[in-house]
Amino acid sequence: MRRGVGAGAIAKKKLAEAKYKERGNVLAEDQIVQMSKQLETFKSNLEEFASKHKQEIRKSSQFRVQFQEMCATIGVDPLASGKGFWSEMLGVGDFYYELGVQIIEVCLALKHRNGGLITLDELHQRVLKGRGKYAQDVSQDDLVRAIKKLKVMGSGFGMIPVGGSYLVQSVPAELNMDHTVVLQLAEKKGYVTVSEIKGSLKWEKERACHVLDHLLKEGLAWLDSQAPGEAQYWLPALFSELTHRDVTPEEANQMTP
Amino acid sequence: MDRFSWSNGLLEIDETLVIQQRGVRLYDGDDKAKLDLGVALLSTHRLIWRDVKNHECCIAMPLSQIILFEEQAAGIGKSAKIVIHLHPAPANKEPGPYQHSKYSFIKLSFKEHGQIEFHRRLTEEMTQKRWEKTTASQPIPTGTGSQAGRTRAVGIVGIERKIEERRKETDKNISEAFEDLSKLMVKAKEMVELSRSIANKIKDKQGDITEDETIRFKSYLLSMGIANPVTRETHGSGTHYHLQLAKQLGDMLQAPLEERGGMMALTEVYCLVNRARGMELLSPEDLLNACKMFESLKLPLRLRVFDSGVMVVQLQSHSEEEMIASALDNVSDKGSLTAEEFAKLLGLSVLLSKERLLLAEKMGHLCRDDSVEGLRFYPNLF
Repeated sequence: MRRGVGAGAIAKKKLAEAKYKERGNVLAEDQIVQMSKQLETFKSNLEEFASKHKQEIRKSSQFRVQFQEMCATIGVDPLASGKGFWSEMLGVGDFYYELGVQIIEVCLALKHRNGGLITLDELHQRVLKGRGKYAQDVSQDDLVRAIKKLKVMGSGFGMIPVGGSYLVQSVPAELNMDHTVVLQLAEKKGYVTVSEIKGSLKWEKERACHVLDHLLKEGLAWLDSQAPGEAQYWLPALFSELTHRDVTPEEANQMTP
Repeated sequence: MDRFSWSNGLLEIDETLVIQQRGVRLYDGDDKAKLDLGVALLSTHRLIWRDVKNHECCIAMPLSQIILFEEQAAGIGKSAKIVIHLHPAPANKEPGPYQHSKYSFIKLSFKEHGQIEFHRRLTEEMTQKRWEKTTASQPIPTGTGSQAGRTRAVGIVGIERKIEERRKETDKNISEAFEDLSKLMVKAKEMVELSRSIANKIKDKQGDITEDETIRFKSYLLSMGIANPVTRETHGSGTHYHLQLAKQLGDMLQAPLEERGGMMALTEVYCLVNRARGMELLSPEDLLNACKMFESLKLPLRLRVFDSGVMVVQLQSHSEEEMIASALDNVSDKGSLTAEEFAKLLGLSVLLSKERLLLAEKMGHLCRDDSVEGLRFYPNLF
């Protein structure tokens, strides 16, 4: 809005302002000045808080959870920007952003094996291993929050609830409700068969095959056609640490039919 | 287990966290409770338990429910436990995970140890009964407490006491931290409300806001982490900070982009930039907002979003026609290609090589053979 010039325009503006104030409204520009002052006060309060309690945030994942929940309640996202006060003064930002990098790297390294799907447990273990003995403790809640932030960058990060925990997806594969439900069914044994799907979910054979084919195509499932009885569809993401060894990309290619 | 109620796990104003212990499983009497492993938290007022996998699942019980408790030593294949005998639940108890139980005791099973300290703290809290006092989070020493303290012998117990004092100090710090945090949050909330009022006025064009003031307002929102409700875009979604950042990225990414065939996924850029920085890292949103400004700043980079949602940064010089032509060449050369084979050929990531093939297909130059064996692309002879 262009400010009018000339004495007449100034007088008109003063009149409008007076009328506005009369109705008990505060002008937006006055509020912005007010906000600027409040911001300065807040900044110094936060600095004081940081000097006393920065260690708590560093050391205690429980404290971080409370902190995040409080922020969410009032409508503040402390991780929105590295330039935000929370990030700069409390150091929360660097903690989660670095975690984001580690999560991306772990997912990328394992993608050839599990197609871009990994349990939160396995992700947690591998991230902890990568950070070394003397690094800060990282909880699963920390991972979940870091992953939520990664979603912004559009590379298909998401979380699928499965068996009381989550599967973390790191590729933009389209997974709808049908796929998710089959993943949940496969969680107990690490594999699933067409009969099991028909039995538990009461689906037609075509629907079951359609879903399984999609999972195969996306590299999320491997087909064991030599299993006794009927073919088994295995999900490498669900292999436990005890029963797998690391597979090289070449081996992975050989295993797809 | 029917003495517990669902809880959000947040502490009250005068409630202090005393100790927490991971790896605790709950028992309803002698039976395992239908809950997984979790974190047991003891506060001055309550016993709280939170599921380690599902943080939404959190239950609490007032300490006043406890009649007495005792340790149960570990055995072969059995973890150490604390058995807690309870008063009957009051009629007005809030709902919890169990409607009814045939037992009036529970057990805490310590899978990752910690039972000794937990027992000691529980003893302290049950002696002091701090929940009966209505004010202050500072521990108020009762008469019996300090007398008991004086009769303690020195030596090992003296060392133990020092350790305990240090722990008390840490706990006091945490509870102080929570107190201070709550006060901070009250102030932050005021600012959120103020910013909403300002944003509404800007939207309704009440008052006379200049571009400068709008930009300043946006930077205040950025500092506080408040979502930007202003829809009027003047300099894109970013602020001065993002402008600077965009220019830095313009310099920094030239060489890496050229090495990688002119295109990098945004997640790759995120890792590259943050690893290089080491500290004062960028948030994913910072990176995204900066990249959105490439075009308006006339930098030789562009942010591009594919149909799949994948976001990449690509060199402007890297024209679409060139990419498609080279994709067609490669595919014709080899007869057919999958995304993995194409990736290996070009030294690109599988994700990006797939996007290129999809693009060439969209333009009608390639067609696909979609089978269980994978997605393979052929030159389009139709």
